Amino acid sequence: MTAIADIPDAPRAARRPQIGNPVLRWLRTNLFSSIPNGILSVVLLAVLGKGIFSFVQWGIANAVWLTPANDSSACRAVRGVGACWAIIPEKYRFILFGTYPFDEQWRPALSVLVFITLFYVSTRRALWRRELAYLWIGALALISVLMWGGVFGLSFVSQDRWGGLPVTLILATFGLAFGFPLGILVALGRRSTLPAIRSLSVLYVELIRGVPLVSLLFMASVMFPLFMPNGFNIDKLLRAQIAIILFAGAYLAEVIRGGLQAVPRGQYEAADALGLSYWRKHRLIVLPQAIRHVIPPLVNTFIAFFKDTSLVLIIGIFDLLTTAKTAIIDPGWQQFSVEVYIFVAAIYFVFCFAMSRYSRSLEATGGR
Amino acid sequence: MTSDDPRPPPRRRLSDALGPNALKGLFWQVLVVGIAVAVIAFLWSNTVTNLSARRITTGFAFLGREAGMPIADSLLSYNPRDSYLWAFAVGVANTLRVAVIGIVLATVLGTLVGISRLSANWLLSRLAAVYVETLRDIPLLLQLLFWYVLMQALPAARAAWRPFEGVFLSNRGLILPAIPVGSPQLWVLGTAVLGLAVFYLIRRWQIAQQMRDGKPRPAWPFAIGLIVALPALVSVLLGVSWTIEWPALRGFNFVGGLTLAPEYFALVIALVTYTSAFIAEIVRSGIQSVPRGQWDAANALGLRRSFMLRQIILPQALRVIVPPMTSQYLNLTKNSSLAVAIGYQDVVSIANTTLNQTGQAIEAIALIMAVFLTISLSISFFMNWYNSRIALVER
Repeated sequence: MTAIADIPDAPRAARRPQIGNPVLRWLRTNLFSSIPNGILSVVLLAVLGKGIFSFVQWGIANAVWLTPANDSSACRAVRGVGACWAIIPEKYRFILFGTYPFDEQWRPALSVLVFITLFYVSTRRALWRRELAYLWIGALALISVLMWGGVFGLSFVSQDRWGGLPVTLILATFGLAFGFPLGILVALGRRSTLPAIRSLSVLYVELIRGVPLVSLLFMASVMFPLFMPNGFNIDKLLRAQIAIILFAGAYLAEVIRGGLQAVPRGQYEAADALGLSYWRKHRLIVLPQAIRHVIPPLVNTFIAFFKDTSLVLIIGIFDLLTTAKTAIIDPGWQQFSVEVYIFVAAIYFVFCFAMSRYSRSLEATGGR
Repeated sequence: MTSDDPRPPPRRRLSDALGPNALKGLFWQVLVVGIAVAVIAFLWSNTVTNLSARRITTGFAFLGREAGMPIADSLLSYNPRDSYLWAFAVGVANTLRVAVIGIVLATVLGTLVGISRLSANWLLSRLAAVYVETLRDIPLLLQLLFWYVLMQALPAARAAWRPFEGVFLSNRGLILPAIPVGSPQLWVLGTAVLGLAVFYLIRRWQIAQQMRDGKPRPAWPFAIGLIVALPALVSVLLGVSWTIEWPALRGFNFVGGLTLAPEYFALVIALVTYTSAFIAEIVRSGIQSVPRGQWDAANALGLRRSFMLRQIILPQALRVIVPPMTSQYLNLTKNSSLAVAIGYQDVVSIANTTLNQTGQAIEAIALIMAVFLTISLSISFFMNWYNSRIALVER
């Protein structure tokens, strides 16, 4: 993955001598370098123009932006010719926070802000120090207090009323926070010389990666109660969270294993020569190098994983996608689901695109 | 990784093997295995207690019972009086129907987009980049729901869109003209497959000959003869009719033709577009991994562009492309389980219904896992075989 940057581009059409108007020159090299290319450009421009024109017509020119509360008649009048963006101001609080008590919704909103700050701080390479771990613990504790309440004069809100964006962020962040150390342990286990530990790790990774996440979630929602002693029942959200952690652990383990393989043998030998114990050798010498090698694929795994949390819809947990789907069950607004899906897609897109840009910048600097 | 040191490794003695390190290793293994066994035993005993408390008998005996669930869209013939076992088989067939078609279409589309991203045409490469970035950064389930909503928003059967004659697009799905395939037609198709196999062998022999004497031998006469002319001859001799069945609107529904249900259609579109974005990136990085000198050398030899791509660039690019492509195929297959969200009855959806009807949670989930593990292992087995065939032979 990292090697792509230093490989030359595929050849491009021979450049023409650079004379004349810069705009014409640009058009000539980039759009009309040959006759087939010119035809292609014209066709693409026509299709693109048509597409943009229809979208502007539907999404802007004929769209309804605001309606009186709970009245979709204006939207129904333009159905088919214009978008109904009015459904977003009408429903955004439900989409973002689900059934969390209306007056207390500043708490999940603040939690989302804490999450975003936490992510932002974690991307600053200058701050990759031990203190960052404490910051994570502090921030996650703060979020728990905000969401649950019950202390500092905040009223208690039980977990089954949580919903929307905070739930998506909680599932993803806790999944990573616990899946990552699990992944490291399993990756080390897979490279261990001890046969029993190695086979257990291989079995775990292959079993989890061999089946769809949906079936793991079903297992969490249906079979987990069977696994537990009678009368001991844990919350549905926590069960899904456990399934997601196990899932993340297996995928992260494979990425980290790749990094471990890339650490030169001499590093292990040097650590052995210093007489370091197994754990100190890995903690101080091997793992920091291994993880640095695989930062771009790790970020890609994070992105995939962030998107995959949306699958909890299937077992009825109120994450962002579920609240969106629920918001459009309302009979008056049923026909405007495309608009709601575009809105939610934009939220997911912003998070994932930010991560993928970041991964690109890390790739460019080699994670240093 | 291997050292060049000619000395033999020091001989290990029994005391080494049982030294403090070996003891430590043994301790860790016993500890970890012990914990694993204890956890499994704990879960197992709880499960047995819970099952007996709920009066659920374990075992696969329920598979023989009448399923009684409706399956709207199936490749195999099915009616609700069939057994659970047959319902599962129908589900597996439906999953494979999505996965196989999806893999083929996603590969074609992904390759096109990947090559477009490298195009000298600025507009085309930008459009391909936007396509990739957008589709990759939105959850597949969201895209699936989006396509499904669009399918449902299509006009009713009577006002169906007709992009081409005989093709109908409505909220009943996509309806295409079809050729009904019975046993006489199957004979002809069988001949074509046989012809393809023989052609493959001939082509291999031709390449081996060319390797020896360097003379290229034309393949197309054999291709036409074996794959086109021979089946055509069989078709004429047997008098097989190839009448196309045109769908038509009768009353409120369509008669004849091939119907792709909205659920199936939405699922295939979502899986294909989503996966093609990932495949495009794999294809692009594969082509970029071919050193520039190879292009220059091929250009210097004055080779045609198509020949250059086919014979020089692609074989080298494939070495980089095939391993990650395997995981995309596996992902697509596993992602087909999202069908449960829109009510297309794949194996996961049918297992889920079974689980709700019978309470046989463990068996149903074990069946899902068995099916997906089998599919996954077959795909990776095939792709690994292919990979080892095209891998660089280093001497």
